[in-house]
Amino acid sequence: MKKLWRFKGGVKLPGFKSLSNTEVKQAPIPEKIILPLRQHIGEAAEPIVAVGDKVYKGQLVATSHSFISAPIHASSSGTVVDINKYSIPHQSGISEMCVAIKTDGVDEWDPMIEPNVHPELLSADEMRVRIREAGIVGLGGAVFPSAAKLKPTRSIDTLVINGVECEPYITCDDALMRSRPEDIIRGILLLRKLLNPVECIVAVEDNKPEAIALLQDTLVKLKDAGVGSVNTIRVVSVPTVFPTGGEKQLIKVLTGKEVPQHGLPYEVGIVCLNVGTTAAVYDALYSGKPLVSRLMTVTGPQIKNPANFEVLIGTPVENILAAAGGVISDKHTLIMGGPMMGMSLLNAKVPVVKASNCILVETSAEQLKSTAMPCIRCGTCAAACPMNLLPQQLYWHARGKEFDKLAHYNLSDCIECGCCSVVCPSKIPLVHYFRFAKTEKMEHEVKAKFADQSRVRTQVREARLERITQEQEARKAKRKADRQKKKAAKSDVNIGAVTDTDTDLSKQISAG
Amino acid sequence: MAIIILTLLALVFGVALGYAAIRFRVEGDPIVDSIDAVLPQTQCGQCGYPGCRPYAEAIAADEVEINQCPPGGESGVQALADLLGRDPLPLNPENGVAEEGLALVAIIDEETCIGCTKCVQVCPVDAIVGAAKHKHNVLDAYCTGCELCLPPLCPVEDCIVMRSVDLTIKNWKWSNPEVNAEERAA
Repeated sequence: MKKLWRFKGGVKLPGFKSLSNTEVKQAPIPEKIILPLRQHIGEAAEPIVAVGDKVYKGQLVATSHSFISAPIHASSSGTVVDINKYSIPHQSGISEMCVAIKTDGVDEWDPMIEPNVHPELLSADEMRVRIREAGIVGLGGAVFPSAAKLKPTRSIDTLVINGVECEPYITCDDALMRSRPEDIIRGILLLRKLLNPVECIVAVEDNKPEAIALLQDTLVKLKDAGVGSVNTIRVVSVPTVFPTGGEKQLIKVLTGKEVPQHGLPYEVGIVCLNVGTTAAVYDALYSGKPLVSRLMTVTGPQIKNPANFEVLIGTPVENILAAAGGVISDKHTLIMGGPMMGMSLLNAKVPVVKASNCILVETSAEQLKSTAMPCIRCGTCAAACPMNLLPQQLYWHARGKEFDKLAHYNLSDCIECGCCSVVCPSKIPLVHYFRFAKTEKMEHEVKAKFADQSRVRTQVREARLERITQEQEARKAKRKADRQKKKAAKSDVNIGAVTDTDTDLSKQISAG
Repeated sequence: MAIIILTLLALVFGVALGYAAIRFRVEGDPIVDSIDAVLPQTQCGQCGYPGCRPYAEAIAADEVEINQCPPGGESGVQALADLLGRDPLPLNPENGVAEEGLALVAIIDEETCIGCTKCVQVCPVDAIVGAAKHKHNVLDAYCTGCELCLPPLCPVEDCIVMRSVDLTIKNWKWSNPEVNAEERAA
């Protein structure tokens, strides 16, 4: 057992994990699938299908040439019925461009998709291309396009596979590790070929003993079967503290290294991927199947039958709620993600996207409503902050919208984990203040940039107008001088030829 | 002896200062620049001056109060007050009110545009393109929402109107928790 480190702060939370920790059920195919074109960080994909097109399951429907982007595939067979704006899973309930597919219920895979028996024989570049073309993004929640992550610009010492799942209620990664341990390990072996790390660590919180045991058994089994490279893989049990599943926190716990501010893990020689992403890589390389479904937890006090489901991307949330027996009462709030970092949904019509790991059906906020009391400067939030920030300072400056002070106290480093809000004895919704301050600060910066642009454009315009006036005046002066010269010359030669001079002048004027 | 040394010193410093005055000459008024940097650059003229820069010059010359700019809003007045060490004032209501929410941009109805180029000429940031007797169009990315192109300048009724920019993930903002708390209490 190697040494583990600790990150500063964090909180111990009640898990509520047994609620949903069932076998994986298959969610039914919905009548209509809605695929948002931006389900990842970076550029939105562009549709390559038209309304009326028939599509197979796994067929490419939207793609992008941008490096930080990911293509989107049809998650079931059917007909494209609409390419339009639909409400997407976002705090705002905003609508964005989506491809809507009416399913035919056959769920027929694209015949072009072929399994690959020996993906380990592919070159690193071929693997990356296939991972990219399969539309794989980080399934832990950040949805960063994985192919971009797997092309680091320096050598990698450690590949970290994140099976921590530190948020309360959520069990889909646990279910995945229990149902497909061998696929995860084989996925890691393929990723090893891409990154050549010295070692691979699968990190799992110690509240999932079954998953840890299964992964370790698989390692032994593969070793016995003669797969020597599994020696570089370790399964590590980490203490259950929220937010150990955060990339930076997990790296600190496993290696003692700190990712630099505004930096990425590869800068300290580490690449971190979620177990779900690893399984998706396995699917893409072995069976050639793109990312069209994911495991998702449906849980909470207000749902009848909490469970884990394999859900087609694009399935409306209301269909999944129905599959889990429906909600218990109307006094519920829908949260996509966990109770700490999830976002509340305004309606149940929004589709499941690649990032959706959980639908939490909470009891309505009315009962949980708490009136915030004044900050008493106790400093508990600072002790709980896993990013070494000072939430109480940020809180004051967020209220005053003091953007330079907020930058000074490193607001942008806040991962919005919610530890400070949970421990606050005055029940101040601190994270809400920080999210508010972040978008206010963003708007302020965008406005300042726009003002700079407008200033330059005004200056350029004024300079141009000035130049035009000067040119006009110069022309006028020149014409006047010419006229006088001519007049003088003419009067010298023939004083009587007035009519000629007049026609010359009128010609000049009409030409000018 | 003392007189000679002092005279020499005076000469040396005189030359040094004279050189510095030419070499490190500051073009323009730096106070005007820093005031101009705080103004929103809408160039709308609601303050009574023909643009942001002239308003900045007027503030620097102490000709006008710092509360004349509606697009800058209360926060703009506050920024000016901080910069100049003055007391913030409420916005002058005669010049108009600060707009809340999404930014407004002009949009030209291509059906009714007669191609008179009046708006093209008046736009302070060259955000309107078009030639005589051809349809004109607004470049959203540059429009400051100054409303100078609206009727009576535009001779056609309802040809140019203001609309708010689309709400997207990028410009959506979290609500103010303070306001939420007040609403709950009410």
